[in-house]
Amino acid sequence: MGMTLAEKIIARAGGRDEVRPDDVLWVEVDVAMTHDSSGPRRFWPALKELGVGIWDPDKLVIVADHYVPAADVGSARILQTTREFVEEYGISRFHEAEGISHTLMVEKAYVRPGMMYVGGDSHSLTAGVLGCFAIGVGSTDMLGIVATGRTWLRVPRTIRVQIDHELSAGVTAKDLILSIIGDQGMDGGLYRVLEFGGEAISGMDIEERSVLTNMCAEIGAKSGIVPADSTTVSYLAERGVDVPEGPFSDDDAGFEATWSYDAAAVVPVVARPHKHDDVIPAAAAGEAWLTRAYIGACTGAKYRDLAMAAEVLAGRKVASGVLLQVAPASRAALRQAMENGVAQTLMDAGAHILSTGCGACPGIGTGVLGPGEVCISTTSRNARGRMGSPDSEVWLGSPYSVAAAAVAGRVIDPRELLAVPA
Amino acid sequence: MTTIEGKVWKFGDNVDTDVIVPGKYLIGDIEEIAEHVMEGIRPGFADLVQPGDVLVGGKNFGTGSSREVAPRAIQAAGISAIVAESFARIFFRNCINVGFVPLECSTAGAIEEGQHLHIDTDTGVVTVSETGVTHQALRLPTEIGEILEAGGLEPFLKQRIGGRT
Ligand code: SF4
Repeated sequence: MGMTLAEKIIARAGGRDEVRPDDVLWVEVDVAMTHDSSGPRRFWPALKELGVGIWDPDKLVIVADHYVPAADVGSARILQTTREFVEEYGISRFHEAEGISHTLMVEKAYVRPGMMYVGGDSHSLTAGVLGCFAIGVGSTDMLGIVATGRTWLRVPRTIRVQIDHELSAGVTAKDLILSIIGDQGMDGGLYRVLEFGGEAISGMDIEERSVLTNMCAEIGAKSGIVPADSTTVSYLAERGVDVPEGPFSDDDAGFEATWSYDAAAVVPVVARPHKHDDVIPAAAAGEAWLTRAYIGACTGAKYRDLAMAAEVLAGRKVASGVLLQVAPASRAALRQAMENGVAQTLMDAGAHILSTGCGACPGIGTGVLGPGEVCISTTSRNARGRMGSPDSEVWLGSPYSVAAAAVAGRVIDPRELLAVPA
Repeated sequence: MTTIEGKVWKFGDNVDTDVIVPGKYLIGDIEEIAEHVMEGIRPGFADLVQPGDVLVGGKNFGTGSSREVAPRAIQAAGISAIVAESFARIFFRNCINVGFVPLECSTAGAIEEGQHLHIDTDTGVVTVSETGVTHQALRLPTEIGEILEAGGLEPFLKQRIGGRT
């Protein structure tokens, strides 16, 4: 029997000819990433105690994204520690306030197809969009990797996620993945790797595809992966990286299951407050009155997300009583939005542009929610208190849905404002 | 043989790390964080826990962010073990790495709040003291057993790296 793409990558990194689901093995990591929150401040003391240096300063990427800009002295201290670590160990790929770690790993082509990539954050699997095996771990795991370049893992079963036909106008990758999560439940992909394919995936650009791999975290998956096709190859070529298409799963690989979806049947959806698998059509949200609309995070504030929001907001104003905040996922995204008028459109509609970084998404940055606030957000999670007060509520939706809700003052089907058939 | 005995605190499915340790407390040190553990779902929990108590969860326990302080804070609050129907994968890894045995029992849903558990971590047998009903936890592979035996990944690395030099 052949191997799935994930199995091939794990076997190669583990120095084996073959691996099978549930094998536990030690693997060599090709590239690792850690950020200000889970990074040096957590593992540096232990690293010192181990009395070793770091495995390879050129294979470790460090991003300060959670505590930027420092909102208080404690945050500023965390950022200082991060910089001191970078200085001490001579890390060349360090980015502070330049973007969210997962967005930068892709944008800067720090991962390549076929690589074994480990990041110190649950959304590290975003990078699987470029055909690498990407997993997220906690800070002691990261200590082990930083010190030795190795980590242990259990080979996950692979589920093929086959998306036929194309998404309709006004419907996005976010609606697709939320629909899948609503269908499978938040532990529907537990310990699995989800390999995406089909016409709808071929038709999406890298930024849209990355919403799918990003939110594999919300279905319990260990990883999400999109095998490198011509779109991946040109995306990487634009960034000076020349690679062929592939690697791919073997035809006779052992997939555990196939989940088939019809993209044409997907409609704009939202996840109701406190549970990201409580997914309903946006049109069925009822009287969900808002105080806040948030466009941010590695999930929903890349250039394309900002452009989608601008499509809805052009010539319109945010409803009174609603604060629309936009925290671009990277400086490059913001720059592009400034160059072609997208940023202008957002601001003309009344948006408040926040600094590039995680912002209010994890409830530790600027722009968090107060008690009683109701927000609709392009982020990935809405557990109680995630974005601030435990007495606030967060709906999740696509950039179209968030922008449309900001204008209407309540959650609506964004196609009402996009002049496309619902 | 390592045994753990303690009173059960029961939680449901999909307990998220954001409710175990809300993001706003991430800035503090572990003792401070432990005072707020589970605050998002059961305010005042830290004050109710007696050292040695056991936490029982449903499916996908510890879903959400990779914050390792989630298992650390539960540990620091005095909880001696977590039994769940299934664990979110990063939380599961983090438990092992901090030397906290995750006991995955598909039948854990039948355990009730306030009961007392007797856990044999070597065999993975979880016994309800009141009823004598037993639950078998998933056996962990040797590679993971070695890390747990060392007391977590950090002491494990110390042994290995120390052994090399
Ligand atoms: S933007 Fe949100 S989901 Fe993304 S890395 Fe930051 S905190 Fe995590």
